[in-house]
Amino acid sequence: MAHLFAKTRLLEAKIDEYLDHTSEVGLLFVEAVKDYLEHRHDEFESRRRHVTELERHADDLRKGIERQLYAETLIPESRGDVLGILEHTDTVINAVKMTLMRMSAERPQIPEGLARDYVELADYGCRAVQELVAGIRGFFRGAASVSDCVHKVAFWEKEADKIVERLRRDIFQADFDLSRKMHLGEFVMRIGMVSDAAEEVSDRLAISAIKRSI
Amino acid sequence: MLLLYLTSALFLGWSLGANDAANVFGTAVATRMVKFGTAALISGIFVVLGAVVSGAGASATLGELGAVNALGGSFMVALAAGLTVLWMTRAGLPVSVTQAIVGGIVGWNLFTGSQTDAGSLATIVSTWVACPILAAALAGLMFVGLRWFLARREVHILERDSLTRIGLLLVGAFGAYALGANNIANVVGVFVPAVPAGSVRLLGAVSFSHAQILFLIGGLAIAAGVYTYSKRVMMTVGKDLFRLTPVAGLIVVAAHSIVLFLFASEGLRDWLVSRRLPAIPLVPVSSSQAVIGAIVGIAIAKGGRNIKLGVLGRVAGGWVATPVAAGLLSFFGLFFLQNVFTLTVQQPIPYEITKPARARLVAQGASEEALSPLVGQRFANARAFKAAVRRAEGLGDADVRLFLDAAEIRRYVIDPAKIPRLDLDLLTPGQVAAIRSLTWRTYTHRWQLRDALVAASDHWAFLPDTRRNYAHNKNLETKLRYVQAAFRVYEIGPGQ
Repeated sequence: MAHLFAKTRLLEAKIDEYLDHTSEVGLLFVEAVKDYLEHRHDEFESRRRHVTELERHADDLRKGIERQLYAETLIPESRGDVLGILEHTDTVINAVKMTLMRMSAERPQIPEGLARDYVELADYGCRAVQELVAGIRGFFRGAASVSDCVHKVAFWEKEADKIVERLRRDIFQADFDLSRKMHLGEFVMRIGMVSDAAEEVSDRLAISAIKRSI
Repeated sequence: MLLLYLTSALFLGWSLGANDAANVFGTAVATRMVKFGTAALISGIFVVLGAVVSGAGASATLGELGAVNALGGSFMVALAAGLTVLWMTRAGLPVSVTQAIVGGIVGWNLFTGSQTDAGSLATIVSTWVACPILAAALAGLMFVGLRWFLARREVHILERDSLTRIGLLLVGAFGAYALGANNIANVVGVFVPAVPAGSVRLLGAVSFSHAQILFLIGGLAIAAGVYTYSKRVMMTVGKDLFRLTPVAGLIVVAAHSIVLFLFASEGLRDWLVSRRLPAIPLVPVSSSQAVIGAIVGIAIAKGGRNIKLGVLGRVAGGWVATPVAAGLLSFFGLFFLQNVFTLTVQQPIPYEITKPARARLVAQGASEEALSPLVGQRFANARAFKAAVRRAEGLGDADVRLFLDAAEIRRYVIDPAKIPRLDLDLLTPGQVAAIRSLTWRTYTHRWQLRDALVAASDHWAFLPDTRRNYAHNKNLETKLRYVQAAFRVYEIGPGQ
């Protein structure tokens, strides 16, 4: 029996690893934003590079999983849903990678007074990602907790939206150059995109979970 | 000549393979869980195995309904059923080969004036209602059970996929076996009474009865149907007719296979009887009915919102139309075969109350005086004899069945040349010795041969009719039928 499921187990392990990477990227994101705001540039760069590596590895894993699902005609009924979920999860990882890359390259001047809000926004994005990962794991195991996770992702996304709105108001009412306002506002949107991307995947997940019933 | 006549059975077998294998593997192939090549190979092997190993039970019930005793008749009955199946398939209705063949046999009975055994007909027709209901109940229960189990076990989607695939293959193999065992009766069952008894040894080791060889040929025809035509039907069944998830498809096939097996397993019937439980009749049931019943069962378990009553009504209408159409086609086809092509479509079974038959009937309580006018009269068939018995004064509401049994003329000669050819795996040495002691004796009635054997040896003794003795008596009855077929003589040889 163990031999019979050996290939399946290997693929399950790959999916788990992919989700581990997604979760880790989420956690690194908050830490990297904190490092940036507290001017620990070496640590920030180190985390950014780690995220880039994880993104590359996750990409390889995803492609391998997709190839195997097709080549061995596995889960023909749910394959479309599974591939959709995995591919969209990639957009979450990409959102984190791109945000950190642009922070590193553009070095936005974030005022001390707004730093806490930036960290909080990144933190809510991270929470949304963690709930999303839990939901996807539940989906693969047919767990009833999927809808709970989907609900929590939506909650953190809404909370993040509130901070985005507040931050943009604060930025555009402050006495900065318009170029700086635009730059800071752009980063608010970028950090907020992480929870948006997570919510987009979780919407798919909710539908796929219903379809997964026998 | 036999092979020429068998073409209609092969045609029927082919259409059964094309249609009913789709019931077994349709969902699996259409959902790409199992490759068509794998499905066809497994169906082919297991259909043939089921037919040869367990095909006898349901065939016997079909034989009781009406023994089509000339190859011309068997040819027409199978052809009528095959054409009806083809017609219904083209009308887009899930066919029931069983109903078509039963309709064909009743058509033959009506045409030849033979007795339609009301008990057997009632048993078969009642299973047409019981089969889909049983399949629905089984599928519904399995669905609820599996849903409960999966909700608790949290099986990974990939593991569930692997398990479903293995399940579909196992259940499909079981389904193909059950299909072969149960439905082979439909394909070649009507030819069984028309082929000579006896057996053939293969490589000097394995012994096959002629009936088993017939089942093998029928099984191969079904397998050919699976390979050549079932892919299209599988896609139709698996995608167009209903859309099920692979797991629900697995449940449908499992319920279908269990129901077919229940109605084909002699072992299970004997086991139930020996434990004083109600026995399941061994009847060829429709695999399409079982599948549709199972789907409805799952739909009900899911809340019953998606059942299309219109479609269901159309399908049920097809179930009524099939036996009627096959019966009419068989009746008129036989008329043409007999009167236009002058083929023999029946071995006439005459009825006569001979002196021994009179003595038997009197011993069973019939009035000697009332019987007198009938004695010595020869009746061409069961219908004419039954009418005469009913007309005769003083017999009142006599049990016509008793009269038919007593007066049916079948000639037997215990030819010593045939004794060495008897199947010694089936008969005990004591039973063969009893037969030998009757060398060159002749008998006019079936019951006479039976009584003679019982009188000749304890090895042929039937035990009192209790449930405990059921298996013994049934076994002896099978052997007796075999001996009767082996020593029967025809005024005109079968099929000529």
